[in-house]
Amino acid sequence: MTNAELTKETSAASNVRRISGMDEEGEQLSEINPVASPLGGAAAKSHSHGAGAGIPDSSRAGRLTSYQVADFPAITGREEDWRFTPLKRLRGLDKVALDGAAPTVAVHKPDAVTIETVGRDDARIGSAGIPDDRVSAAAWGAVNEATVITVPAEFDGRSEEHVTTVTLTGAGNAPAASHIFVHAKANSDAVVVLDHRGSAVVSENVEILVEDGARLTVVSIQDWADGTTHASSQQMKIGRDAKLKHVVVNLGGDLVRINPSARFAGPGGDIEMYGLYFADAGQHFEQRIFVDHSVPNCKSRVTYKGALQGKDAHSVWVGDVLIRKEAEGTDTYEMNRNLILTQGARADSVPNLEIETGLIEGAGHASATGRFDDEQLFYLQARGIPEDVARRLVVRGFLNEIIQQIKVPALEERLRDAVERELKAGAL
Amino acid sequence: MSTLEIKDLHVSIDTEQGKKPILKGVSLTINSGETHAIMGPNGSGKSTLASTIAGHPRYVVDSGSITLDGEDVLAMSVDKRARAGLFLAMQYPVEIPGVTVTNFLRTAKTAIDGEAPKLRTWTKDVKDAMAQLRIEPEFAARNVNEGFSGGEKKRHEILQLELFKPKFAILDETDSGLDVDALKVVSEGVIRANEDGTMGTLLITHYTRILRYIKPDFVHVFVDGNIAEQGGPELADRLEAEGYDRFLPATAQA
Ligand SMILES: Nc1ncnc2c1ncn2[C@@H]1O[C@H](COP(=O)(O)OP(=O)(O)OP(=O)(O)O)[C@@H](O)[C@H]1O
Ligand SMILES: [Mg+2]
Repeated sequence: MTNAELTKETSAASNVRRISGMDEEGEQLSEINPVASPLGGAAAKSHSHGAGAGIPDSSRAGRLTSYQVADFPAITGREEDWRFTPLKRLRGLDKVALDGAAPTVAVHKPDAVTIETVGRDDARIGSAGIPDDRVSAAAWGAVNEATVITVPAEFDGRSEEHVTTVTLTGAGNAPAASHIFVHAKANSDAVVVLDHRGSAVVSENVEILVEDGARLTVVSIQDWADGTTHASSQQMKIGRDAKLKHVVVNLGGDLVRINPSARFAGPGGDIEMYGLYFADAGQHFEQRIFVDHSVPNCKSRVTYKGALQGKDAHSVWVGDVLIRKEAEGTDTYEMNRNLILTQGARADSVPNLEIETGLIEGAGHASATGRFDDEQLFYLQARGIPEDVARRLVVRGFLNEIIQQIKVPALEERLRDAVERELKAGAL
Repeated sequence: MSTLEIKDLHVSIDTEQGKKPILKGVSLTINSGETHAIMGPNGSGKSTLASTIAGHPRYVVDSGSITLDGEDVLAMSVDKRARAGLFLAMQYPVEIPGVTVTNFLRTAKTAIDGEAPKLRTWTKDVKDAMAQLRIEPEFAARNVNEGFSGGEKKRHEILQLELFKPKFAILDETDSGLDVDALKVVSEGVIRANEDGTMGTLLITHYTRILRYIKPDFVHVFVDGNIAEQGGPELADRLEAEGYDRFLPATAQA
């Protein structure tokens, strides 16, 4: 079978008024979970329901959000949000008290950037995010302290020596909770890397607050040891004319589920979301993206690419983009591509674009899953390229599109090396 | 002076219904500088012969031999055959996601020559060859064959032919699906690849129009997995006028 036959492509033009992945009932739901929530201030923080009967969870506007784990029903696996996740391998993150030791925090940073350990009652906690699933809420309830990284206003941290790297090293396999808050103050410009290593069973909440006019890059690398379970809800709030580049890199772990959600707090906001994952035999890497356009004239780009190899390597990409009625002038495009390198691997890719106003700049999505097959290998070999070089050429080229977006040379090199290692380990 | 020699080649493929013989004793010798045209009805095994020479794993050689200057080609891996100087311009070139034309050409050239080409001259060579084949410069940054039209794919094959400079080129219906201008551009590319007159060419085609540009020394009629008749260029004209009826079994002529 040719690559073309295996490649499914969907796209939506800018003039499509409404494309819902699931249902046609979206409009009414914004009342239940109003535009401003969870970012509309104290009210939103103290109260957030929406778990009434008959509310489909298929429109992102209707998704339950709450800081209370008790508000979320037990996960059955039939929910839209959980249908792909192997629940057993959550290893209790949805069920038990998350009282294990959180990953330890080590920081490498420029002087101007500050790092604090704060109590859960710190005013900043909850100002950029609110849990929208049970595992995230469980962690919210369980943490006693959070790590806050603050980039001062006007800070110019573009050069490589100014990168802040937060290394989070897993402290073992007792289910744990963790909370990180990244705060880029007005008109700052910085790069923050969250580097997850070691072994853990952890539910993590990451809040990213980008104040007006700031530029921030956050790279979350999941380079876990085998057997790790990591759920991470990464919620971003982007101020007026602010720009956030968010990069997810999933390389290791047994089950890694990252939910990056972006919301805009003022017009002119810009989010670029990139993702790269390389799933090996038995690994489950899931990424569920949500971009909530509730403010006029904001822009979002989502680009995720994954390679899979080995038996039961499984990736899931769900990209929910919601353009609310208020979000006139929105410009959005989301894309996911997967490359399956061997038999037995599986990639699920589900773009959902919900559009509640016709007055937008553009909206589109694309999703494609291709297979590196014998015909491609033959073609490259027939040009003198040995088999191992041919496979590396294809995978490297495919993933490099994401790596080169990071723009931190040392990090790019590390990821290229990681890709090489994956290819070697896969005995390709 | 090199020789590609095919002797009494029997090839089959494994299908769901079992083993299916396709080539039934093909013998053919091509020397440097010679152009051989192969013409024959659909399904007669022309692409099978081409792919078998290149080493496609689908085709099983049951008996016979292929040698390049006495060396056993069948014992070589696909990539080794290419490095030994064999080039197959494919009838249906495949898309390679994630690999740009630039990256692909440089990697292949490095593999074939055993060393990386000198960057400055190489970049210019690629640019010039693309211009001569009327391939837009932006194709250099596109992924190999991805979204290329049929004609663009064929031109990309000939671009490689020019840049890799093989000893023997097998062109499997490179002319099919080309418009009049593209046919001329592509033919000129093949002629340039054989500028010094040392390339051996095996040209598989259904049409004599490409043979007006690329003059064959020999024409072979391929029928049911074997060469049914050989002749000079005049045989091609006769085939075009008469078709293949006289080569087919009487029952099929009704
Ligand atoms: N994978 C396959 N499965 C089944 N049959 C095959 C397969 N590949 C080739 N064949 C058969 O082998 C025979 C020869 O095919 P081949 O492609 O070599 O013909 P051809 O002479 O190149 O034809 P055309 O002029 O149409 O390109 C055909 O009958 C074809 O159906
Ligand atoms: Mg053919």
